[in-house]
Amino acid sequence: MSPVNAVMRRELRSYFVTPVAYVFLVIFLVLAGILTFYAGDFYERGQADLQPFFVMHPWLYLILVPAITMRMWAEEAKGGTLELLLTLPLTLWQAMLGKFLAAWLFIGLALVLTFPIWITVNYLGSPDNGVILAGYLGSWLMAGSFIAIGACLSALTSSQVVAFILTAVVCVLLLLAGQPQVLDFFQGTLPRRLINGVAHLSMLRHFTAIARGVLDVRDLLYFLLSMIGWLTAGVLLLDLKRTR
Amino acid sequence: MIETDQLTRCYGNLTAVDALSIRVEPGQVLGLLGPNGAGKSTAMRMIAGFLVPTSGTARVCGYDVVREPLKAKRALGYLPEGAPSYGEMTVREFLQFIVRMRGFNADAGYRRFDEVIHRLQLEEVLELCIETLSKGLRRRVGLAQAILHDPPVLMLDEPTDGLDPNQKHAVRQLIDMMARERTILISTHLLEEVHALCNRVVIIARGKLMADATPAELEQRSRYHGAVSFSAPGSGMSQEMLGRLPQVAAIEVDPLDGRITVFPKPGERILEPVETLLREQGLEVSEIQLERGRLDEVFRQITTNGGTGALTGGRA
Repeated sequence: MSPVNAVMRRELRSYFVTPVAYVFLVIFLVLAGILTFYAGDFYERGQADLQPFFVMHPWLYLILVPAITMRMWAEEAKGGTLELLLTLPLTLWQAMLGKFLAAWLFIGLALVLTFPIWITVNYLGSPDNGVILAGYLGSWLMAGSFIAIGACLSALTSSQVVAFILTAVVCVLLLLAGQPQVLDFFQGTLPRRLINGVAHLSMLRHFTAIARGVLDVRDLLYFLLSMIGWLTAGVLLLDLKRTR
Repeated sequence: MIETDQLTRCYGNLTAVDALSIRVEPGQVLGLLGPNGAGKSTAMRMIAGFLVPTSGTARVCGYDVVREPLKAKRALGYLPEGAPSYGEMTVREFLQFIVRMRGFNADAGYRRFDEVIHRLQLEEVLELCIETLSKGLRRRVGLAQAILHDPPVLMLDEPTDGLDPNQKHAVRQLIDMMARERTILISTHLLEEVHALCNRVVIIARGKLMADATPAELEQRSRYHGAVSFSAPGSGMSQEMLGRLPQVAAIEVDPLDGRITVFPKPGERILEPVETLLREQGLEVSEIQLERGRLDEVFRQITTNGGTGALTGGRA
């Protein structure tokens, strides 16, 4: 596992020597705060929980995660360092995993840094901290899926802009897949079973279930499988690039 | 050892490397020569395991680069074209990343690290960001990366490209020093480099192997091999007489400085007869030289179809 570790440390360090990390953290924390307290009616609801906070996460990730992942492979392909990295003794999977873990840990750090909100809600009332923990877990898992999508699509292209846009589009499609508007659109054209399938693809649905404090194995599996699936697709894309 | 067998790589319709079979043994420094776009870098990328061959095989120290990529990569130190590295890292961070990637334990890693930065004289720039370094320094960082794990096989893609003469000299010394027990493959389009470094030359053009020889053998293919050149003012008369010598094939005069080159017939030695004749004529010869042959001319002959290079008389 040493090469995975080395790649992960290098990636994490590169977040922090370039402004990427600080810009991300500041914007994430400020937006999370504003959206929770103003748009989310945190006080007016009169409930001691973090629902308004977690509800905003998918939309924050939608903008911010592609910004983190777009450079992951595209930058290496453009700068020629991909050749350096892939001629070092490591497998494509190890390289992919190292980069993925770096981004995932980084988002984990961003989530940890939202602790003042948690303190606030504990100060104001007595929330169910188990539910809040589940919310954090669900949010982190969802971020992992977004990162895996971004990692895969960054491997597709050497243009960071293209990687950003593709990732955002795929993520928004997966978020909205279960919304009634989308399902209504397919009503009548697709068989009911397929529509149900589309509904189950929805990230929002699985995330909301976890964030409500219900840890269902199916929801956890959904996120784990989607991470594995997208990362595998990314590895295959990288491999394809070597043969093309 | 590096072996390739019918190594081929196509990009769509273009065949970048065409059935290339070479074998480089320990102790050899093989210069891979060819015009730009001849397929040098593509061949090296396949041997390094970055590109997958369309057909054919490549082996490093006996390990097939497709079937046992990690073993092959461990045996190989590789400097990709342009010496890419992570610009936002300092030299120290970058080389320590390589130390970790190469799987050294802490002690051995630090020893190798110290040794390599000393060898490439990188002590003073350790804490600088790579993107702020000059081209020459970046190249040295790339070289440090390639030799860090003291590999038995070293492959350098244009190692001295863009360096000033002093830096080139330093890099060549380094390669010379490493050459003894290692297998070294370097690509270049600088012919001076071949003389300075290589004991074997492979010339490729349009992806195909065109020549495989020692530098001296290549020079013998030159029209200039065995030719005698001299500068002698007022030698108009003797030119005719030289032309009448039975061993002489042709005479050319450089239009710029009036230097005369006398070409031998195949297999003939002409230095002595020419010298004798000049002495008999009582000519002041300021300097006379026996030519070894000119690699650039051979290179042109081999890599351009018609061999037009041989027809030009001017000195390169």
